[in-house]
Amino acid sequence: MTTTVERPAAAAPGPPPAPSPLRRVGTTLLRWWRQLTAMRTALILLFLLALAAIPGSLLPQRSLSQSQVTGYFREHETLAPVLDAFYLFDVFSSPWFAAIYLLLFISLIGCVVPRAIEHGRAVLAQPPPAPRHLHRLPDSATLDSELDAAATLDVVEEELRVRRFRVVRRDGRHGPELSAEKGFLKETGNVVFHLALLALLLGLAGGKLWGYEGSILVTEGDRFCNTFQQYDTSRSGALVDASDMTPLCVTLEDFKAEYEENLTAASFTADIGYGLAGAASRNATIGVNSPLRVDGDRVYVTGHGFSPVFTVTFPGGQSFTDVSAPFLPSDTTTMASQGALKLPDVPGSDEQLALEGFFAPTGSTQGGVLTSIDPRPLDPQVALFVYSGYLGLDSGLPQSVYSVDQTQIDRGSLTEVGRANLAIGESTTLADGTVVTFSGLKEFAAMQLSHDPGQVYVLGAAVAVLVGLLGMLLLRRERVFARVGPGPGDAGTVLSVGSLTRGSAETAPRFTALTDDVSAALRRRATAKENPSS
Amino acid sequence: MTDPSLAALSDTLFSIAVALYSVAVVAFCAELAFGGKKAPAVSRELVGAGGGSTTAASLPPVDEEPVKARRVGAVAMGLTLLGAVVHAGVLVTRGVATDRLPWGNMYEFGTAVVLVAVVVYVVLALRTPALRHIGVFVLAPVVLSMVGIGLFLYASAGPLVAALRSSWLAVHVSTAILGFGIFFVSGIASVMYLVRSRYEAKIAAGERPLSRIVHRLPSAAALDRTAHRTAVFGFPIWTFAVIAGAIWAESAWGRFWGWDPKETWAFIAWVVYAAYLHARTTAGWRGRPSAWVNVVGLGVMVFNLLYVNMVSTGLHSYGGVS
Ligand code: HEM
Repeated sequence: MTTTVERPAAAAPGPPPAPSPLRRVGTTLLRWWRQLTAMRTALILLFLLALAAIPGSLLPQRSLSQSQVTGYFREHETLAPVLDAFYLFDVFSSPWFAAIYLLLFISLIGCVVPRAIEHGRAVLAQPPPAPRHLHRLPDSATLDSELDAAATLDVVEEELRVRRFRVVRRDGRHGPELSAEKGFLKETGNVVFHLALLALLLGLAGGKLWGYEGSILVTEGDRFCNTFQQYDTSRSGALVDASDMTPLCVTLEDFKAEYEENLTAASFTADIGYGLAGAASRNATIGVNSPLRVDGDRVYVTGHGFSPVFTVTFPGGQSFTDVSAPFLPSDTTTMASQGALKLPDVPGSDEQLALEGFFAPTGSTQGGVLTSIDPRPLDPQVALFVYSGYLGLDSGLPQSVYSVDQTQIDRGSLTEVGRANLAIGESTTLADGTVVTFSGLKEFAAMQLSHDPGQVYVLGAAVAVLVGLLGMLLLRRERVFARVGPGPGDAGTVLSVGSLTRGSAETAPRFTALTDDVSAALRRRATAKENPSS
Repeated sequence: MTDPSLAALSDTLFSIAVALYSVAVVAFCAELAFGGKKAPAVSRELVGAGGGSTTAASLPPVDEEPVKARRVGAVAMGLTLLGAVVHAGVLVTRGVATDRLPWGNMYEFGTAVVLVAVVVYVVLALRTPALRHIGVFVLAPVVLSMVGIGLFLYASAGPLVAALRSSWLAVHVSTAILGFGIFFVSGIASVMYLVRSRYEAKIAAGERPLSRIVHRLPSAAALDRTAHRTAVFGFPIWTFAVIAGAIWAESAWGRFWGWDPKETWAFIAWVVYAAYLHARTTAGWRGRPSAWVNVVGLGVMVFNLLYVNMVSTGLHSYGGVS
């Protein structure tokens, strides 16, 4: 069973001659290499990898939710920067996490490559000679045979060949003997498994380097194209060349959310048109669990919400008709949402205008407070605050498009000029005569386009991992040895059989079955010899 | 869409299963109590032999089991089997009531995992009668888990959320349940091994520990072998569950792996079980250290179910516990 061999300490005969510095570095490196490729090191590294992953699940991660990380920074003002210095908000892309898995995989290479070569040799080589003491093997037996030595071994050989063993016969120092072996696939499984782990890592790394993804909120009727400029948020690997991105454009034609009686979300579907920029568009319906796949790119619906539509008519008679902005759901069970609509260019005025508010697809007002009671748009209502003044959009500081910049309000640059709860079709008139009408409703979909050229390789490697694992764990590698010697008083032959199995299974019953079959065959053969006529 | 009377029947069956298992626990206790009276004479056997090389024949001779103990043991097994049938009924009725696979929330997932654990135990005990004696140590955690699941994770029967309506639910979640249930029994076998091997070490040192219950346990080597063999069975299933999860995530969330907390802990569990299999064949780690690794593995699985579903936020928030 044991596969770790403690390497014997190098023999040190007499006082060694002072080694040259180069030699010394060489030996040190070799010693480190051996340390690194020892299975015990792999075990420690496996533990380290598991430990290292833990903070990544307990602390918020930038890769999952930037807003949670920001929140954590707000709550733990002194601790957060310290944690950040140790990459604890980017655990899975941190240098120390990479160091652990790279060491593990170097260890794996150092371990599996020699093993694969040795295995290749073993497949070609003959089974090894029988050990001196067969009775010391985990399973062993001695049988009496009335046949002579050669005929007895013939019987054993036949039984083993039926069981698909590879058999060699030798004239050993301790008498005629036989070695048999089968189950190379177990070791092949082991090699495949460990090599596939390496392949999997390479596929992952390639996908990270050449992959990208971008997300965008698209309101019904709108379209986006696959460029980083258009995405609300995007992430791209170090080797992504923006000019190589597929020029795919997607139009959201219609979005539908369906619900069960108890308001459990039953399905989300988006009817989209898509095509390469400038080419004819094709149609598809995508939804949860069924993205659009076009060579190398995938388009997903990752969320949805409502974009209330407003019409704003200014005192001078000019108006903005049917302007809308996505309101982000703050509660996905009722689709209560929040958002803002910013109008920087008010005709005939230097003041800018902003609508900020709360949207309820099915509103219910109690004590003047609007809440949502149903995710379906049965009775859409908004609770609006209207601000006038300077929005700060050109201040150079980034600000969310989904809310009005609170600092502008605090500073007094923006002042509230009205508030109202409106149902569809209703309007409110501000002090200066501006009329804001809640004129309608559209749905938007959160869409994501992903490109990961590594993922098919990762899938292939994962399948190989599994196949290798099954081979390694479920198959057995068996060696059977047999030797014959003269029986007591030179009467007949004594057959000793022993077997060595690697693999986790009960070996005794199989060995007993083998020896039972052999002794039955020996008896049959002996009787046949005595009565050759029958 | 949900059939309320069938859903109520499912909840009643749950209580009946817990009651049957509880009586089985009492019967298993009685079996241990009636069993071996004599101070033990345990054969000196390699503790934690590398697996495979020792044979069943080398179990230490447990003194002839008194008839009474054997009868009570048979009753306990019968109760366990009956409990498992009723337990399966819980899931079947819930599945029929809601017209979907009955593992769409933590309550159903946990119930199914425990059922797998019971079935694995029954299969082991029927194949290797000596393993029947760990019954109380399997069934007691089973009862505790069921009570915990019923009290804290209960979710009433209802339809699945949109994200779970995929055939990958059948593939990914079923295999996760299988793997978890198998690891559950494996972890218990390792705990029993840790207890038993200390006992055997004391005997080997010439002491006479007087724990009749530990004396009735299977030999340390047999427990270690059971733990290893079940983990070897569970590991490829768990590997498959993780791969299937990644394939599902690719079509549901836009990436096959994103270090979501659930994914992270599934990975940690996978690494710990790989470490367990390695530890069993690494010099210096065989026996007790590797058994501890297996116990840690089970801890990680339970943590992944409870903590990650209930405390942390991630994409796997389908617990249905509010
Ligand atoms: C990501 C890292 C690794 C994983 C997940 C892994 C996993 C596994 C698993 C599950 C087994 C099966 C154990 C069994 O047969 O009971 C195994 C066997 C083995 N692994 Fe690894 N391994 C890893 C790295 C390594 C490294 C770095 C080495 C070498 C230094 C190594 C050497 C071996 C050997 C020699 C076996 C055979 C043990 C046996 O057949 O009993 N592994 N590995």
